[in-house]
Amino acid sequence: MKIAIINYGYGNLHSVNQAFKKANNDFDLNAEIEVTNNPNEINKADKIVLPGVGSFTDCSNAIRSIDGIYESLQEQVINKKKHFMGICVGMQLLADIGYENEKNDGFGWVSGTVEKMKVPLDFKIPHMGWNTIQFKNNDLFKDIDENSDFYFVHSYEFKTVDENILATTNYASKVTAAIKKDNIFGTQFHPEKSHKNGQKLIKNFINW
Amino acid sequence: MLKKRIIPCLDVDNGRIVKGVNFVDLIDAGDPVEQAKIYDSEGADELCFLDITATSDNRQTLLDTVQKTAENCFIPLTVGGGVREIKDIKNLLHAGADKVSINTTAVNNRSFVKQAAEKYGTSTIVIAVDAKKNSHNNWEVFTHGGRNRTGINVIDYCQEVESLGAGEILLTSMDRDGTKSGFDLDLLKNVTSTLNIPVIASGGVGTLEHFAEGILDGGANSVLAASVFHFGQFKIKDVKRYLADKNIPVRI
Repeated sequence: MKIAIINYGYGNLHSVNQAFKKANNDFDLNAEIEVTNNPNEINKADKIVLPGVGSFTDCSNAIRSIDGIYESLQEQVINKKKHFMGICVGMQLLADIGYENEKNDGFGWVSGTVEKMKVPLDFKIPHMGWNTIQFKNNDLFKDIDENSDFYFVHSYEFKTVDENILATTNYASKVTAAIKKDNIFGTQFHPEKSHKNGQKLIKNFINW
Repeated sequence: MLKKRIIPCLDVDNGRIVKGVNFVDLIDAGDPVEQAKIYDSEGADELCFLDITATSDNRQTLLDTVQKTAENCFIPLTVGGGVREIKDIKNLLHAGADKVSINTTAVNNRSFVKQAAEKYGTSTIVIAVDAKKNSHNNWEVFTHGGRNRTGINVIDYCQEVESLGAGEILLTSMDRDGTKSGFDLDLLKNVTSTLNIPVIASGGVGTLEHFAEGILDGGANSVLAASVFHFGQFKIKDVKRYLADKNIPVRI
């Protein structure tokens, strides 16, 4: 099985790649993991991972500026229904619209908007650090204890309807921590930086 | 609930961890790659890797040491030292850093902070501030690994870099660094109460109580320490257990 981690110049690719390799190795999974910006390689992959660190605008522009990547993602994820995982901004990009700095179109794969988090004065922004999540029963959270901690770092949040939400965390109010719609999965937190819990989640995605 | 973070700091000089007192008299404290592996497995919430002589020696951060450290680190890794240009940030992120800490360059060129935050996102940019109390009873920003005074007021400076897009402040008290006499709580309180971004307290931890004070009295979101971890005085789990007993939320 082949997993493509998309390289579009943004995101902590090295960390994501290392974390996938470690999970693949430690859990004996036999996946082939490749970091690529080549649409042909993306087309050949069985599963696709879209990391993302930076602003919604920059990430969105960067993906569309590399020939064929966006089209390839559309074809493989929406038409061929391949399993997909977006991380942080890589998840936020799936929304209809993002409001970071300016209004930008997202992919529109999961209905919703990405908006600045609203918190009282005594809550710092970015929401940065380890926070507890509550998740709905799903294979993607298999072997992970209820109320486990994952590493978050973000100032914008994905607002969507309850049926698209797989996990939430609490930061002054309920915040989307993970989304799922059919073959599409995304996390606001960083599994690649969430130590053992993150490793289990990556294992579950590879096994999904 | 969001947890308070415990961050061991690897001060690296010529590829080795070093630790001094008040930023000088450095002694060897081990191999950064091996130490990173240990802290990762022992429950550190984040790691900080600072190439402390990169700016004063006018050279770039040791990218290969950063890369090897990152390969063994499945928690967030902040790297700093010698960041002068946007391409330095890019190289560090490519080597495996999750956040990049900027010190001297931010003081000399404030627009660099804005540029860096716009390109790589607020949450990637940590501004490291080395603070020392001056004869007027104000805290003053120092640069070049604590070698040069700037005349800039710490509180004003922190507010300014926040408005320019810094995502976090790593605040080190030079007066307390390596002394094990506790954080400079007045400094911490003054900074944390005026900022909306998280602050990492650094400089002076010597006892378990100091960790709790930094959080409860200083208002820090994270506490950073070097010597007490490198020389085995405390394990990370000792610190977390102590804080948990004080009802401070930590990741156990």
